[in-house]
Amino acid sequence: MYSLVQVELYKIFKRPRTYIAFGAVAALIGIIQFGLKLDGKSYLDFMLNDLSSSLEIDGKILNGYLVCYVMLQLLLVHVPLLIALIAADMISGEANMGTLRLLLIKPYSRTTLLLAKFIAATIYTLLLLVWLAILALFGSMLLFGTDDMFLLKTSYVVLLKESDVFWRYIGAFGFAALAMTTVASLGFFLSVFAENSIGPIVATMSVIVFFTILSTLNIPIFNLIKPYLFTTHMIGWKEFFDIKVNASNEAIIGSIQNPEKIIKAALVLFLHTIGFFVATVLVFRKKDILS
Amino acid sequence: MLRTSCRVVCYTSMSSVIQVRGLTKKFGQQFTAVNDLSFSVHKGDVYGFLGQNGAGKSTTIRMLLSLIEPTAGEIEIFGLPLAANRSAIMQKVGAVIEKPAMYEYLTAYQNLKIFSALSGVSKSKTQLLQELDVVGLATRAQDNVGTFSQGMKQRLAIAMAMVNDPELILLDEPTNGLDPQGIADIRNLILHLSREQGKTVLVSSHLLSEIEQVATRLIIIDKGCKLVEGDSKELFDTSKTVVAIQTLDNKQATELLLQSSWAAQLLVNRSTDKEIFMQLDEKHLPSLHKNLVEMGIGVLSVKPMHSLEDYFLQITSTQKYV
Amino acid sequence: MKKCSLFVLFVFSASLAFAQDAAQLIKKVKAKLELVDNYEATGIMKTDIAFIKAPIGKIKIYFKKPNLFKIKKEGGISLLPKGGLSVNLSSLIASSNYSTIDAGLQDFGSKKLRVIKLLPNEESSDVVISTLYINEKESLIEKAVTTTKENGTYTMIMNYGAYSNYGLPDQVVFEFNTKNYKLPKGITLEFEDNSKPLSAEQVLKNKKGRVEINYKNYIVNKGIPAAIFN
Repeated sequence: MYSLVQVELYKIFKRPRTYIAFGAVAALIGIIQFGLKLDGKSYLDFMLNDLSSSLEIDGKILNGYLVCYVMLQLLLVHVPLLIALIAADMISGEANMGTLRLLLIKPYSRTTLLLAKFIAATIYTLLLLVWLAILALFGSMLLFGTDDMFLLKTSYVVLLKESDVFWRYIGAFGFAALAMTTVASLGFFLSVFAENSIGPIVATMSVIVFFTILSTLNIPIFNLIKPYLFTTHMIGWKEFFDIKVNASNEAIIGSIQNPEKIIKAALVLFLHTIGFFVATVLVFRKKDILS
Repeated sequence: MLRTSCRVVCYTSMSSVIQVRGLTKKFGQQFTAVNDLSFSVHKGDVYGFLGQNGAGKSTTIRMLLSLIEPTAGEIEIFGLPLAANRSAIMQKVGAVIEKPAMYEYLTAYQNLKIFSALSGVSKSKTQLLQELDVVGLATRAQDNVGTFSQGMKQRLAIAMAMVNDPELILLDEPTNGLDPQGIADIRNLILHLSREQGKTVLVSSHLLSEIEQVATRLIIIDKGCKLVEGDSKELFDTSKTVVAIQTLDNKQATELLLQSSWAAQLLVNRSTDKEIFMQLDEKHLPSLHKNLVEMGIGVLSVKPMHSLEDYFLQITSTQKYV
Repeated sequence: MKKCSLFVLFVFSASLAFAQDAAQLIKKVKAKLELVDNYEATGIMKTDIAFIKAPIGKIKIYFKKPNLFKIKKEGGISLLPKGGLSVNLSSLIASSNYSTIDAGLQDFGSKKLRVIKLLPNEESSDVVISTLYINEKESLIEKAVTTTKENGTYTMIMNYGAYSNYGLPDQVVFEFNTKNYKLPKGITLEFEDNSKPLSAEQVLKNKKGRVEINYKNYIVNKGIPAAIFN
């Protein structure tokens, strides 16, 4: 298994297309950081317009922690496409090149091959997220410094102490890794049905866009299915940045407002990931390889 | 629904590397690609797998490699049922399936290295370069495969198939797209593998003249069904040459021959209104010709079927369908 | 007629006397406060605004006569009511250019406090009216309700302890008005937010804010560099 995974990772990282994702992430993050560094004050003034009429807010609000949060909100909608570029190519790409038939005449089972490929796709996903974390979090901390995190949500504001922020980002990135792995498993599953990559890539993104719309539309009939859609739970990382308050409305440092939401979301994503992978195995084991 | 009438010529097997019984593959309800096919490949054979395009050769080979699941039938390789012993069997099998496939964004050496690792074989750089040298690619080891010609890709594909030193090698259309020199190289390689290294080779092709030069045993299939199987020397035994005769009136000629001393040599089932087929020792051909004329039969041609191509075309085109 | 005039004279005299009392009381309070030329204090600040979740923060408070006042959070972001906290007790009665009106006594917990209203005479003053609830015995302002032109009305409630001799409180609770908070989803990118509209009760709650400062140590009259207040 280890040598299979090694070979799969070797193939992924020898391919020029793999680095498109890393480049795209760097470019996106760079442009946002550049914009905020140049004109972050205007952005902040706009966001704080309402609040500043009754409150004086002092301190380094536009710091690395806030900048990273803003970037994650934007990027974690678009990173799934970059994941799909690789994951949805894992089987269909091999079929397209004709190498799938060569892989399947080797002395290991189809399940073993799928598992190795899935592990490799997951490692790629994790590495992409580590790259994202390095640029978005550490890069922003370097460029903008650190301070308390002042989060403006739709109907309330959260102020997190500086010392109470970093571990939340560890949790958030860990959760994002699970969410992106679910995306990878979907792309992987759809990859079995095609002999070229474009179809599964487009199909993966279409599913995500479609389900995301269902997840965010506030229409009662959709509320029945929302809890079962993995896109509803992909944004569970945000729960790491909400804090409990005591009876005196004092934020409890180190707490999370709804930890059960995070656990539930993680479980749904995990089950989806396993489900997609098992479905992939069941379909692929019986598939006639004609490519 | 058409039913083929298959004439089977079977020879007793020695130790079988491949044993296939009743192999059938249906795609959907309408199309049967392989129909009740049985054959065996002996150790050390260069086994020619012949058939026109669409006869079911590639489908059969893919079933032997468990790329396609049979609808019915049994496959044994190295005496073991394929379904239950796939991993153990595949350790000793190498194959080139149709068009050569490899990772074109990698070099020849990197491709070989990958497939060596996938075969569970640990080989040093020197060993891998030596294997590339065997197929004449040592000087291009570090070049991207995307820059290779068809012939070079084919040679690399063979090197990849051989990387685990298999006992059984399956070559599906290995000479496709090759120039005459390339075809000769493949032919020599097959002979080397068989004669010098004692490997069993199953090679499918529609270039019959090439198979004729290397095959020790062969099978001819048509529309998924076996037409003939056997030792190529015996199939082309001149004492049993098949002769195709064209006359001015084949029907009348057939009736006359049935009443003559040549009746036993007449292949009634194969004969048609266009051609009469007889099987006899080649040395009797002049007598036959003379007798035909004496019987009042207007002879247009008497043609012995010497080459495999003649033989192949004859038996695939003269099948009667009931 | 005579009785009537006498009565009016009596009431007028009494009111004059009361007004003098009120002014005297303010003077006493002012005198106490003027014992402090400058101070530096550490404290804990709790922000209690319905739509803000904030932890308690350590702060440093600086004051220099006559009206330089600064709160600095020890690291981090601070949320303070606009303009309000910078108006402290001393600055309330720093100038003498105001009229005092005695509004009598009022119960405040177990105490009876003198209620005195201060009306600035200057038109340009930001303060419209300040109502002070003074502990006559200690000459300490226990509560102040101030209405300003720019920042509305806010209430300060003081609790005194070790530094009552200087008129420096151990605790100040500051209550003020806030605007109801809501940002569009398109700005916060929280398209998944399906929270229901606020109830009338919650809307009302959102309109009030409260900041509580508990002072720990005072360093009085030891000098404060002017740069602190920049």
